[in-house]
Amino acid sequence: MVSERVERHPILDVPAHPETVEFSFDGRSLRARKSEVISSALFANGVHVFGHHRRDGSPQGIFCANGQCAQCLVLADGLPVKACVTPVRPDMTVRSIEGLPPLPPDDVPLHLRREIPRVETDVLIVGGGPAGLVAAAELGAHDVPSILCDDKQVLGGKLSLQTHNFFGSVDDCYAGVRGTEIGKILEQQARSRRSVELWTESPVVGVFQDGVVGVVKQGHFTTIRAKSMLVAAGAREKALAFVGADLPGVYGAGAFQTLVNRDLVKPARRLFIVGGGNVGLIVAYQALQAGIDVVGLAEMLPECGGYKVHRDKILRLGVPVFTSHTVLRAEGDGRVERVVIARVDARFQPIPGTERTFEVDTVLIAVGLSSVNELAEEGRRLGMRVYSAGDAHEIAEASAAMFSGKIVAREILRDLGKDVEIPADWVTIQAMLRSHPGPVLGYYPPPSEMAVYPILRCSQEIPCNPCTDVCITDGIAIPEGNLLGRPKLVGDCVGCLKCVAICPGLAISLVDRRHDPTQQTARVTVPWEMPEELVHVGDPVPTTGNEGEPVGTGKVLRILAGKSLNRRRLLVLEVPWQDAEKVAGVRVRTPEAPVEVASVGPVADDEVIICRCERVTKEMIEQYLEASGSRDFNAIKAALRTGMGPCGGKTCAELTLRLFREMGIDPKSVTPPSLRPFSQEVPMKAFLVEGDDADRV
Amino acid sequence: MTTPTEFDAIVIGAGSVGNPTAYFLENEGLRTLVLDELSASGQGQNKAAIGGVRATHSDPAKIKLCQESIEIFSHWEERTGTDIGWKKGGYCFPAFTEKVEATIKGLLPVQKKFRLNIDWVEADELKRVVPGINENGLRGGTYSPDDGQVSPLLAAESFTREAERLGAVYRYGEPVTSLVMKGNAVAGVRTANGEYRATTVVNASGVNASAICRMAGLDVPILPDSHEGGISAPVKPFLDPLIVDLRPGPEGKTINFYFGQDANGQIIFCYTPIAPISGTNRNSTYEFMPIVAARLVEVIPRLKNLMIRRVWRGLYPMTPDGSPIVGKTPTVEGLVLGVGMCGQGFMLGPGVGENLASLIAHGGPSIDPEVFGLLSPGRDLYAGKKEALK
Repeated sequence: MVSERVERHPILDVPAHPETVEFSFDGRSLRARKSEVISSALFANGVHVFGHHRRDGSPQGIFCANGQCAQCLVLADGLPVKACVTPVRPDMTVRSIEGLPPLPPDDVPLHLRREIPRVETDVLIVGGGPAGLVAAAELGAHDVPSILCDDKQVLGGKLSLQTHNFFGSVDDCYAGVRGTEIGKILEQQARSRRSVELWTESPVVGVFQDGVVGVVKQGHFTTIRAKSMLVAAGAREKALAFVGADLPGVYGAGAFQTLVNRDLVKPARRLFIVGGGNVGLIVAYQALQAGIDVVGLAEMLPECGGYKVHRDKILRLGVPVFTSHTVLRAEGDGRVERVVIARVDARFQPIPGTERTFEVDTVLIAVGLSSVNELAEEGRRLGMRVYSAGDAHEIAEASAAMFSGKIVAREILRDLGKDVEIPADWVTIQAMLRSHPGPVLGYYPPPSEMAVYPILRCSQEIPCNPCTDVCITDGIAIPEGNLLGRPKLVGDCVGCLKCVAICPGLAISLVDRRHDPTQQTARVTVPWEMPEELVHVGDPVPTTGNEGEPVGTGKVLRILAGKSLNRRRLLVLEVPWQDAEKVAGVRVRTPEAPVEVASVGPVADDEVIICRCERVTKEMIEQYLEASGSRDFNAIKAALRTGMGPCGGKTCAELTLRLFREMGIDPKSVTPPSLRPFSQEVPMKAFLVEGDDADRV
Repeated sequence: MTTPTEFDAIVIGAGSVGNPTAYFLENEGLRTLVLDELSASGQGQNKAAIGGVRATHSDPAKIKLCQESIEIFSHWEERTGTDIGWKKGGYCFPAFTEKVEATIKGLLPVQKKFRLNIDWVEADELKRVVPGINENGLRGGTYSPDDGQVSPLLAAESFTREAERLGAVYRYGEPVTSLVMKGNAVAGVRTANGEYRATTVVNASGVNASAICRMAGLDVPILPDSHEGGISAPVKPFLDPLIVDLRPGPEGKTINFYFGQDANGQIIFCYTPIAPISGTNRNSTYEFMPIVAARLVEVIPRLKNLMIRRVWRGLYPMTPDGSPIVGKTPTVEGLVLGVGMCGQGFMLGPGVGENLASLIAHGGPSIDPEVFGLLSPGRDLYAGKKEALK
């Protein structure tokens, strides 16, 4: 039996004896973990194709893994459901959807009560991620009634998918703590406030006339009247349009994190990542942690946009990073089998003859995020007092989102007439946390006269300072005196390893020359968060420099672990004396040569899908725009059904705007699609309240 | 490219009525300009229509015009090669009460007089026509299998494309600011971009119709009210006819409601509020979906398993007597009206367009002039009685 599960993980808890239930898929009997979602259960059993599209029979599978699209639709006990948000029930009969799902002939009339549940509050908070939770706690600290709605079972938003130590500052935003833990801390802080109500599994689905907000509260449509609405709904992943982008096996990095880090499923064996921002770089690292090979990462720009430390740590592990490259196509029979990338010219056009093909089963798209701001726009249009915080306001790190939530909560309090201040340094810190990584300036060189000393390979201005906080001799400082500057060893080092243990970028190693008076060998300690079976005490391991360049071989002397290391391990390596300062990490994989295949032809627009829900191609839209001269997105909707599917244009709206731009049409001249409820499909049952009117109290 | 300024006819409004009118005018060889204030065709009331097309009215003029509409819609794909989502699934008015039974049976003689294919169907037979219909209290109903549905979105698009193919010029984002008058005759229109000349101007501007008429000194009372609609995710086709339930709802807010499954498999639905909601507010209300959901599952319980995709709110350009105002204005030469469709502009549109084109090109409508005259702008708009099957 296939079992594509993460069996061991260096950071996450893997249950030793999980409770399982039986279910069936297309007649095959399979096992799922109790209460996991159908899509993860199917992936764990090696099923990646969930059905075929009614229009053209194209295979369908996971895309958003977030309840926002409907690519993962399956029939569960006869009813069409989104596999990614529907838990498996014992003995559930799951079937793939081929064509349109039939409506089961369940003709028993219902007894209905005529009522629409309604509640009132001062502040409605949409989204229970870092910004929303911090805002709720802040409002709660001032006894302001609020309701926080989140569509997931577990609060924390994307924090719950982040296994890495956070950047930022220790004092302000839990730097050095893992995202998964921060989510729990923030939830607890919000939960401890009496005036805060936390509604999980309660997506906000629309804003209606007079600013009444509709929420599907655990399956029941409920209306909320609030004095203010704070939209902290986060971000959604941007899509890319290329040939084969609609194949099962091409999806977003966030979807991957959900499958791996939340559900402990191994959705892939060999992965290629498109996009060298922080999300792409971090996901490459997380894939390796879960035992999934990362064949490569392509970035369109000449440099990765993410933190250099994130890039370097995957380079050290042996993942090749192809800058100035784009994805040309994903190929495969019914699911991804290969990816083709090519070098791009200065205008980002692929250069013929530079194609490289890799055999992979999954291509992750990590080309940036866009704010989820439709509810805010709708709320404002309908006369609500609306605030935005976190990624819904501006895309940045979660640490910035926490600050944003805190500041915006204070703004709301002030507007509600409370006497509160917004400290000036909060605003300064928020700005720093939001700042993009600065240019690579190089790191401060180590002081060679010392016998034991850290090498702080932090060469870029990023908002981070835990190393300065933990140093027991106060020997590490940021000369600029702020969060953004690079750390420098300015004092003594006793070799305590605390800086190596905490650096979120894994950018610090410790050189120790005290053990071999003959100066043949030195000890180097590097941080380690990879699966434990990859290194053993006594083994020789291939060592690499900071950017993955091979150095030589080291011998693993000890593997340090312990509570204070917060699941990180430290590898104490014995290396040749002269290598000590070069060694920054240990390689776990060898970059491979691309597969030799015949040169691919030009990309055909008729194969590029823009609207996944309704299977509208780039060519269809281009032809329509040329023939009609239209500049109205709504006309494209009407004519071609672009954006009329279950996701409501969440992916294709942006891709279509990009298409306008490619055709030389100013996106500002384009009439945007009109927004209407619902922001996601709502089951009819959510609107029905069963029972007799006479039952009403 | 500059737009020519001399035309045979100018149509104000690229919507349910304006698009077919432009198409048929071009068919008659008349150089036609279509102006719309919005940025694309069919973006006003057209796209809010649910797309039902029936000839089974009680007003003879509407019966005749909709018979023409059905003829045009049902042959559109043969005529142009374009699929506009025509589905000949009929209309069904089920009767769960004595009162509704009496109402719909009472209309049958008029409807049969116009040779409409409609009849009373007993409950057992109706269950076959409407699979899953609630049998509690079901007395039977009328069924008219020749009626059907069309996608308003695709139809607007296709009428526009075909009209353009024949030579019509469309200008969007150009509201008409005034009419060019020559004595008692209209001689063209003005917009922010300048003047367009034509001796015929067709007012097909939906809820803006009164304002356009006022530019010619005419008082044509057309007041918008609003209705909400919604649509589900598609399911495998199981429901042929559009269903109209003429019972007022137990919630005290709906006077009747209607729904059907379109050619995509989506269930599309709408209700008529007991108290008309005047004005041009198009924001959806929170209560629409709970109210209509209860009504839908009461008629067909299996609809409880649908997923609801989207809701919206559209405008009905209403006239005092509930009937459209179609034809030449008696006092302003060259000004032709296709206005006040009272929420049925989509199904009336092609019939109205064909008749207006005939009227303009040949001096008379294509249907019986006497029947056509029932909708005349010159009638006493406050005298007629309201239509029974609104």
